[in-house]
Amino acid sequence: MQAKAPILKIEDLHVTVEDKEILRGVNLTINPGEVHALMGRNGSGKSTLSYTLMGHPRYHISKGRVLFKGQDISTLRPDERAKLGLALAFQYPMAIPGVSVVNFLKAALRAVRGKDIPIKEFRQELKARMSELGVKDEFLSRYVNDGFSGGEKKRLEILQMLLLNPTLAVLDETDSGLDIDALKTVAHGVNTLLKPDTAILLITHYQRILDYVKPHFVHILQDGSIVASGDSELAKELEAKGYDTVTRDNIMPVSSGAV
Amino acid sequence: MSTELAGPTKTPSTKPPVGAGVGDIGNDYKYGFHDKEDYIFKSGRGLTPEIVRYISKIKNEPEWMLEFRLKALDIFLKKPMPTWGNCKLLNDIDFQNIFYYIRPSEKQQTDWNEVPAGIKQTFDRLGIPEAERKFLAGVTAQYESEVVYHSIREDLTKQGVIFLDMDSGLREHEEIVRKHFATVIPAADNKFSALNSAVWSGGSFIWVPPGVKIEIPLQAYFRINAENMGQFERTLIIAEPGSFVHYIEGCTAPVYSSDSLHSAVVELIAKPGAHIRYTTIQNWSKNVYNLVTKRAVAHEDARVEWIDGNLGSKLTMKYPSIYLMGARAHGEVLSVAFASEDQHQDAGAKMVHAAPDTTSVIVSKSISKNGGRTSYRGLVKVYPEAINVKSSVRCDALLLDEKSRSDTYPTMEIDQKEATIEHEATVSKVGEEQLFYLMSRGLTQNEATAMIVNGFFEPFTKELPLEYAVELNRLIQLEMEGSVG
Repeated sequence: MQAKAPILKIEDLHVTVEDKEILRGVNLTINPGEVHALMGRNGSGKSTLSYTLMGHPRYHISKGRVLFKGQDISTLRPDERAKLGLALAFQYPMAIPGVSVVNFLKAALRAVRGKDIPIKEFRQELKARMSELGVKDEFLSRYVNDGFSGGEKKRLEILQMLLLNPTLAVLDETDSGLDIDALKTVAHGVNTLLKPDTAILLITHYQRILDYVKPHFVHILQDGSIVASGDSELAKELEAKGYDTVTRDNIMPVSSGAV
Repeated sequence: MSTELAGPTKTPSTKPPVGAGVGDIGNDYKYGFHDKEDYIFKSGRGLTPEIVRYISKIKNEPEWMLEFRLKALDIFLKKPMPTWGNCKLLNDIDFQNIFYYIRPSEKQQTDWNEVPAGIKQTFDRLGIPEAERKFLAGVTAQYESEVVYHSIREDLTKQGVIFLDMDSGLREHEEIVRKHFATVIPAADNKFSALNSAVWSGGSFIWVPPGVKIEIPLQAYFRINAENMGQFERTLIIAEPGSFVHYIEGCTAPVYSSDSLHSAVVELIAKPGAHIRYTTIQNWSKNVYNLVTKRAVAHEDARVEWIDGNLGSKLTMKYPSIYLMGARAHGEVLSVAFASEDQHQDAGAKMVHAAPDTTSVIVSKSISKNGGRTSYRGLVKVYPEAINVKSSVRCDALLLDEKSRSDTYPTMEIDQKEATIEHEATVSKVGEEQLFYLMSRGLTQNEATAMIVNGFFEPFTKELPLEYAVELNRLIQLEMEGSVG
């Protein structure tokens, strides 16, 4: 079957941060309707990749490029990328004191959709998504991420994803710090993001979330590049054998269906 | 001794100010002045005893007020300029080249064409109605508010509340005024209170009877038939025991004033159990020096709040103070300052605890951008007899770029060891990570900065009536876009 155009195509990406090269030739293609999991140890470059995709000013592409919906986005600002349909759920979301969650969400939606949403419609959508995620009303008047527990921060990230409805949702360790019930709720939300014309890049350290969000492809990032790709079996093997078994000299074979 | 009418070459307008009645054409009666035919003398630039006499005579003031003014003039002329604060700017003031008093009917209306383009743009962006724009720009002398505020005024009269301009207050309620005037801020307090005491004109006089709690905030422009936004306003608010009043002056929209020296004096007296909240938002044009003395006295179980917003002017020096004179009195100052290019907001607060079980809170938030400068100058003083005092001070400064500057000069004079005093000060810049987070949600860098700045001011904004809060947020967004002149 002829695949639709890829949503994301990363070609030989090299990224330096403060003169230190973190990504050394990453190649990745994500097609519509796919869930890709990216796993790796701390320091492997997972967050560097997510920050680079979103356009953080300190992350410098020294070689290669990133194509989003066929367009080279390497020089675009973060807000421009957001408006194209790219969204990042942060591992460590920032607090914005004095700004209420509801005002923040309204501003984000207006910015990404490019126009004001009628209050009534906004409220309805918001209420629906909040009940899906088990988020209470009083949440809305709190200041964004200010004094939030880890779980609350993650829930707000996913709530934003559900409202923004991005073409590609990059989820950076969305599962860390969540108990099993919270994890299931969040996973359910993540699954609703997936549609025939959207895709998800799930960055994770542990395989646990992959029991609830089934990946089509699993990639392992090590020392700045993808050293192995497979399906969900790869993740299970990684869980069983640990990261140590995956080294440059012992790369597991790429199984069918990847890249 | 100047007898010529110096100044702009346009002939004075013979058109009556907007809103004046037919019978008012050609005279100043509605301002309570004497028939002008008695006076050949016309005030010119510079400050002399003749001008002070002229002001007092034309307002038909009692002898004691004239004496007070003349004594104050003497003090003003003798007192040296302060040696602290932005001395460079202060010493630029050319006292001889200022009109200290112009009769409202003689006042030159500003030509709309002269109003700076940046201000007109802000009016557009804020959606200010046409009539308001002309008022704010000094093009018309009067805000067409008569009809709207008539019923509010009736309500107040029914409750026994006195709300007048200060000139009328003195004329119609001389005993009350005489009893309280200058008891909080004596003429000799500082050079600029002396100046105001000599040439004051306009301002508000409010007297609230015991036990009366006024529900709606009283606003300066409710005072119809009076000068507004004058250079040397004098305000006196007296809240009798158990009463409550909230007074608001100024507005977030920019106000263009061709007078460059503004020196107001505001005195608040909260008698036992009374509560006064005084909200100010000033956004004077960038040619204005705004040197204000504001002080309150709080008696036992009384409560005073100064909500102070400083957005405009070239130099503002203003330190709202509260003297907590009675047991269990409570004082709060919530102050914000925003300084952009060529602006210095030198603001702060003073809390003086002179009685036991008194409490105070100072929160100061300032933002500097584009080379602007903000200063926090504060004093918490606790006298030995003030036992069991609790006071907290928090000053936060946000610098939006490398060119801008913020200084903090906090002073504590605590002469009683049984006192709980907290002080917290932070200086920060807008975090790169915060910006990245907001921009990843589609906000441009300016929109993201505006959101962070609005969040920074939120403790202040949430104390404002809704329309002001909305306008302030909008104004901050405009500032971030750099489109405000």
